[in-house]
Amino acid sequence: MFDVEKVRAEFPILHQEVYGKPLVYLDNAATTQKPQSVIDAVRHYYERDNANVHRGVHALSERATASYEAARDKIRELLNATSRREIIFTRGATEAINLVASSWGMTNIGAGDEVLVSEMEHHSDIVPWQMLCERVGATLKVLPINDAGELCMDQLDSLLGERTRLVGIVHLSNALGTINPVKTIIEKAHAVGAKVLLDGAQALAHLHVDVQALDCDFYVTSAHKMYGPTGIGMLYAKEALLDAMPPYQGGGDMITMVTFEKTQYNDLPYKFEAGTPNIAGAIGFGAAVDWLKKTGIDAASAHENDLLAYATEKAKAFDGLRIIGAARDKASVLSFTIKGVHPHDLGTILDREGVAIRAGHHCAMPVMQHFHVPATARASFAAYNTRGEVDALFAALTKAQELFA
Amino acid sequence: MFDLRDLYQQVIVDHNKSPRNFGKLADFNHEADGYNPLCGDKLHVYLKVNDAGVIEDVSFEGEGCAISVASASLMTDALKGKTMQESEDMFGHFQHMATSELDEAPDEEVLGKLTVLAGVREFPSRIKCATLCWHTLLAAVKDRPEPAKTE
Repeated sequence: MFDVEKVRAEFPILHQEVYGKPLVYLDNAATTQKPQSVIDAVRHYYERDNANVHRGVHALSERATASYEAARDKIRELLNATSRREIIFTRGATEAINLVASSWGMTNIGAGDEVLVSEMEHHSDIVPWQMLCERVGATLKVLPINDAGELCMDQLDSLLGERTRLVGIVHLSNALGTINPVKTIIEKAHAVGAKVLLDGAQALAHLHVDVQALDCDFYVTSAHKMYGPTGIGMLYAKEALLDAMPPYQGGGDMITMVTFEKTQYNDLPYKFEAGTPNIAGAIGFGAAVDWLKKTGIDAASAHENDLLAYATEKAKAFDGLRIIGAARDKASVLSFTIKGVHPHDLGTILDREGVAIRAGHHCAMPVMQHFHVPATARASFAAYNTRGEVDALFAALTKAQELFA
Repeated sequence: MFDLRDLYQQVIVDHNKSPRNFGKLADFNHEADGYNPLCGDKLHVYLKVNDAGVIEDVSFEGEGCAISVASASLMTDALKGKTMQESEDMFGHFQHMATSELDEAPDEEVLGKLTVLAGVREFPSRIKCATLCWHTLLAAVKDRPEPAKTE
């Protein structure tokens, strides 16, 4: 039984007032708050186990290494990856995409080849490919979205071809909340011999992901959007791909032998983890995975879906409100504009009511261009939000509208 | 306790709803773009300056939040009949007001109606909304080809 009050009790940051009003945190698509268990895991590491990993012969280093590697195992299990060798720690989803674009892209994408992304991608799944295409003379193609904020799947076949090397698709859109039919996209992409990268930055806190069942080639995410710390994320890639890829960065930990003539690279996953990693972050990431499993992704997402449905109903009845993104398959995100009130003014006014939302382009400027809006306001839900907080959001919106009347 | 009405004063709400001097001037000899990449606000300022260096007419176009639209509207009202030098000085005073300590009273004698925007001091993330039009004005005065930014 999902008990939201019990969940809330685990998040110390939620129990505070902002400008004399109870904090209503609805900016979860930007970053989620952290449960006590994640804060404790990071704190325990620094208080008891802090040491460098993989080479120490002392107790602390052995403990640090064990916790760091245990986090990798937890993530492998969460994603149902075949092997722990397929889980590479990165700074976040952005670095993971850059890793793939640099290492795999530079080796496998050449002049005249094509990379296909969608119109709803976050800038982090556009710009690295744009940079790669410019460097090698490849072409970036775009799968458009419709006015409901869904991918135009009927155009996919004509955009995929024998020159398509990679398809980069967001699993759950941060700007629209759309859940994309990634399984179908992967099947169609594989049929023309293209690899698929899924941007799961937004997805893992809300959806079950099984990389084997999906058969995706690359999956990336950031821990901080799934109750973990900032500055840590991961790349999942099929082992055969990682084996064939050259290292992304050179340095310590990614080698087995260095001479001035020749360097022998380390085995997976360490080949892609040059330098001292974000050990505390990885341990916190592992704790976040534990928390998600304990709380139950299904139970949490059912609760969030209820909040989204409740908020959407209220939004539809709200005078002058336009919902941006009305996909049939949606999670967690309510993006909208209000007639006569700019999203940034909404953001400021709501803030003074204790309600934290995001106002802006959500790092998805092409989405704003599609809907002909400079920005949207976005409320995004997590496991600890309540219907009462949705009510507070709409009360604050009414206040904003009155202020501008 | 700071009230939202201190930021969104009725004058600002009115200027946002019906901005003055909005649209392209039929006859102008200076212009510039302004852009705030953080929030996507875009402005374009047109100036008609005579041989004596006096601003005969000024207008703006663009989209943005209430603070940025009202600020541009109030600015264009305030600039008519001022010399280029006077408008630059006014920018200095406005910039000072927007970033000064809360207990410092804005200079009403120099800034006149523009003092209604003093409330942005309490909202650090919104100061740039109020100053974008002034940066754009300066770029127009100096005939800068690249869009003005608030940095």
